[in-house]
This record gives sequence, structure tokens and C-alpha cells, in this order.
Amino acid sequence: MTTSSKPEERSGIDWFLTIAVLAVAATFVRAIFFTPVEARQGAAQKIFYVHAPSAFIGLYVAFGIVAVAGALYLWLRDERLDRVAASSAEVGVMYLTVVLITGPLWGRPIWGTWWTWDARLTLTLFLWFVFLGYLILRGAVEDHGTRARYSAVLGVLGALLVPFIHLSVYLFRTLHPMPIVLKPGRPSLPNSMLATFAMSFVSFSLLFLALLRARYRLAARADALVAEEEVESSPVPNLRAEPVR
Amino acid sequence: MSARTPPGTLAAAALIARKDLAIEFRTRSAFLSAIVFSLLAIAIFYFAWDATAVSSVDLAPGVLWVIFTFSGILGLHRSFGVEEADRAIDALLVSPVDREAVFLGKALANLAFVLGVQALAIPAVALFYNLPLTRVLAPLIGIAVLAAIGLVAVGTLFSSMAANTRLAELLLPVLALPFFVPIVLPAAQTTARLLAGRPISEAMGWLRILIAFDIVFVVACALAFPFTLED
Repeated sequence: MTTSSKPEERSGIDWFLTIAVLAVAATFVRAIFFTPVEARQGAAQKIFYVHAPSAFIGLYVAFGIVAVAGALYLWLRDERLDRVAASSAEVGVMYLTVVLITGPLWGRPIWGTWWTWDARLTLTLFLWFVFLGYLILRGAVEDHGTRARYSAVLGVLGALLVPFIHLSVYLFRTLHPMPIVLKPGRPSLPNSMLATFAMSFVSFSLLFLALLRARYRLAARADALVAEEEVESSPVPNLRAEPVR
Repeated sequence: MSARTPPGTLAAAALIARKDLAIEFRTRSAFLSAIVFSLLAIAIFYFAWDATAVSSVDLAPGVLWVIFTFSGILGLHRSFGVEEADRAIDALLVSPVDREAVFLGKALANLAFVLGVQALAIPAVALFYNLPLTRVLAPLIGIAVLAAIGLVAVGTLFSSMAANTRLAELLLPVLALPFFVPIVLPAAQTTARLLAGRPISEAMGWLRILIAFDIVFVVACALAFPFTLED
């Protein structure tokens, strides 16, 4: 293998990712030093600025992209859609892991318990399991086309599952606070906290997009490398492939 | 054979279900292991809890429906695993039947399997846990059928996918168990209400979730199934 095959792909710094990380760092500085301390919860409430945006992006944005890109893949068969879904699932697992770590850290001082089988916590946990199953499934299939179809099917079914798990667990009593920003009427946060929250939301979204883009590029390069190797190693049709159906 | 027209979807599904059940009936491997597993689990669950602290009527619904999912998985991963030997699945796919008929046939055989296990596991739970079975038998059978339909729809689809992966049967529970939450939870909650002597109308919210799950996932899995086969 020569390394000089595609020199133009040796890009330098990922500027988008750098800006996103700086934005998140700036959000932390503002949340810690320039945002008032909440009257009843004290400093523990600051975890809100990490927890809530991560939850929204992990639960709705990342999962939505996996499901929509999966459905579109089954229709259009464009492998870029599969890469988008896979990248979104990986970054989504990271965000949901952040949610599941910061949630108990916040719950312990405020609710007095690390974990409770509340509707939203349970839904988050099971979506995390579906995401993990999605990644395990992708790791267990060799063939690219099969892997893309299987994971697309799982992504779409996972989206159908969300309302059912939500309804099931909702019949239990809920401890989690109801939405305080996206609700009818005015948000119940004071303006200074709302500004920090908006900032954290934007910076976490930027970070999500930057990581998604970086992961997508990695997948594209890996696929290109595999395709290149296949061309080099097999001048005759690939004999190890599955029998044609 | 050559002069006959290919069977319609339902007839083909019935043929495939009969083939699977014939294999199962002659080997009895999966059914026997599912039954023995269920009985073992019923006994172990009973001893894992202190029967003086938790009454067996409170314990039984959870035990029953957890065992139901795990013994169901034992049968489900055999569903397409059995087609992997000698690539029998290829013969099935070149035969002139719809992909939907393959799904329906496989699902019907799995439904018979799961209900067969339930027919022995429910009386066994009633026997070991001293449940007033006769009083709740009719609604309990209804719940078992509703739960089995949802479990089999999702399980058959994932079995087809898992059989083609490197992890094979290891993957099935990882993929399927999150999808069984809206089955196990309503089934267990409804059973608990019934065993406590409450009317079934108190559990209508749970039953509606179960019925809606069956409708949505039977349709979705039948539509998604061809995508797990084509090449």
C-alpha cells in the first residue's frame, strides 16, 4: 500500500469541530460564572445546562435522523444516507450517555435518589438500549448493503416503538419536571437563565453537527478504502461473496 | 407439481407454517427446551424471593410474562436459524411465493409455538404459585393471545435479521427485548389487576396499548420483512 494515493484528503484541523468545542466551553463559563444560582436547588441546578440540551438532541434530533435517514435509505438506496444514520446513532449514543450520567448526578441532591422508574427516565434508558442494539447490529454484519438495510429497518421500527414505550411508562406516576421552556405561555425561567439555556442549546447542537460531520467523513473514507482494496485484491469477481439469490 | 399454479399468499403461508411445525414436531428440540426452561425459571423465581415477604399472587404476573418473553426468544431464533443449514432459505426464496407469505407462515408457526409454551406455562405458574386460575382463565387467555401476536411479529422479523449476522442468536435478545417492553408491561399489569380480583375494565388503558402495538407492529414488520431478505 502506498500512502500517497490521495494526498488531498489529509486535511488539517476540523474548524467546525473546533468552533463547536469552543462554543461549548464558552457555555460552561457562562453557566458557571455569569448565570444566577437557582434559589432552591443551589449550584446543582447548573447541570441543567448540560442535561436538557443533551436530552433533546439525543432523544429527538439524533433518533429522528436515524429513523428518517433509514426510511429514505430503504427508498432511495443511497449509501450516504446509511452513513448519516450510522454517524447520528453513534453521536446520539454519546449524548444519551451524557444524559444518563448527568441525570442521576442531578437527581441525587434534588430528588434524594440516583434513579427512579419515572416515565422519561425509563424512555431514555430504553432508547439508549435501542441505540446500542443498533450499533451492535451494525458491528455484526459484514456486507455493506445488508448492514445498511438491516440497520435502516431497526431505525424505522425504533421510531415506531418510542410512542409505545412512552405510553406504557407514562401510566406510572411521574417525578420528572414537566417542560419549562417549550410549554404554552411564557417560559418559567428568568431571562438570564433562559439566555444561558439558549446558548447551551445552540452550542450543543453545533457540537452534534460537528461530530456528525466528522464521523460521516470517517465512514466515507473507510468505505472508499474498502472499495479500493477490493478492486486491488480481486481482478476476478469476489469469490467469497454470498451466493447470488 | 409443474401443472399446478403457485399457491396464493394465505395458502403459501399455511404451507410454510405447516413445514416449520412439522420440523418442530419431529425433532421437538426447541419446544421441549422452552418448556423445561419455563418450568425451571418458575421454580427458581419462586425461591429467589422470600415468599413470606412478597405474596405469590404479587409475584406471579411478573414471573409469568418475563418467562413468556425469554421462552419465546428460545423458539424465535430457531425460526430462521433452521433455514441456515444447507442454505434452505435460498430454496424458500426461489419458490414462487410472496415474501409476505414467508413472513406470515413463519409468524404463524412461531405463534403456535409461543401459545403452545404458554398453554403449559400458565397452568404451571398457577399450580406452583397457588393462583385462582379458573376465575381469571378467559381474560388471561385473551391477554396471552394479544401478547403473543406482538411478540411473534417483532421476533420473526428480528430472527430473520439475526440469523444473517455473525452474532446469530446472541443478537436476537439485544434487538428484541426493548421492543417487548410495551408487551410485557401491559400484560403483567393487566394480569396483576385480574389476580387481585379487580374487573378487567380497570386495565383498559393497558389493553389498548397492547392492541395498538399488535396492529402497528404486525403491519410494520410484514412491510419491513422483504428488506431483510433481498440481495
